Amino acid sequence: MNEKHRDYSGAKIGMWLFLFTEILLFGGMLLLYSVYRAKHSQDFHNAARELNTITGALNTFILITSSLTMALSISATQKGNKKLSTIFLVLTILLGFTFLINKYFEWGTKFHHGIYPNSPELLNHPKGELLFYSLYFVLTGFHGLHVIIGVLILSWMAVLVTKAKIHQRDFIKLENSGLYWHLVDIIWIFLFPLFYLIT
Amino acid sequence: MDQNEAQYHIVSYGTYVLVWIGLLILTGITIVISGLNLGGLSILAVLFIALVKTGLVLSFFMHLKYEETIFQIMLLFPVVILTIFIGFTFFDVSFR
Repeated sequence: MNEKHRDYSGAKIGMWLFLFTEILLFGGMLLLYSVYRAKHSQDFHNAARELNTITGALNTFILITSSLTMALSISATQKGNKKLSTIFLVLTILLGFTFLINKYFEWGTKFHHGIYPNSPELLNHPKGELLFYSLYFVLTGFHGLHVIIGVLILSWMAVLVTKAKIHQRDFIKLENSGLYWHLVDIIWIFLFPLFYLIT
Repeated sequence: MDQNEAQYHIVSYGTYVLVWIGLLILTGITIVISGLNLGGLSILAVLFIALVKTGLVLSFFMHLKYEETIFQIMLLFPVVILTIFIGFTFFDVSFR
């Protein structure tokens, strides 16, 4: 027998440790958000009303559904159903793309109205609104970057599943990628109410 | 070594779909609550629902419910650290 030694628990613990650093990265920015919100509540109120709740809700729906297909893909692999696993994985990737396209149009509309970091239009707004939009662009931007990275990783995983490098008896890579994708979903679960809902 | 040994709990498709429906319902409730203009209370309610949704994603989608206890204990660290950060910052900010 020529078996490689693998430590699946260790691999998963490593992934969780990485996710913790991500939690702290976004946590720090959300802390900044809450302090500025407390200091400039009226400006935040006015600025948040300008964001499109429907786009935000649609993107929430898309990301939650992509989390579902991601989880289903792992279950399918665990049950040895390669075809179903690939289908769910491709669906997850497509939903990730849809999220990004939505975001592209959302940002596009804002840019069109002259609202982008350091724009002359934005600099005329009250200080609190400026802070709100800076945080909005940084946080949704960082989150979007995570979605892009997630889509890339999942595409790589789809290749590995098709090549049977990930299968019923060795799926840790798919599982860890899933953990990353779900964390991105959790971050959005907080960003959506904080930027689009609470006014 | 085989990854699919007894330590692995395969979550059924049905459970995942139920969790997904729960998440969608909670999202709907959040949107409705935030539209009610309850002021400070709506912020608390909305954040509480976000925490419940996070709990669902963590326990089921991220399998935390089925993992060894060490994973659940580990998660306490970032949570405690964040709570300390946020708590102490607001001690500072609110009493200036």
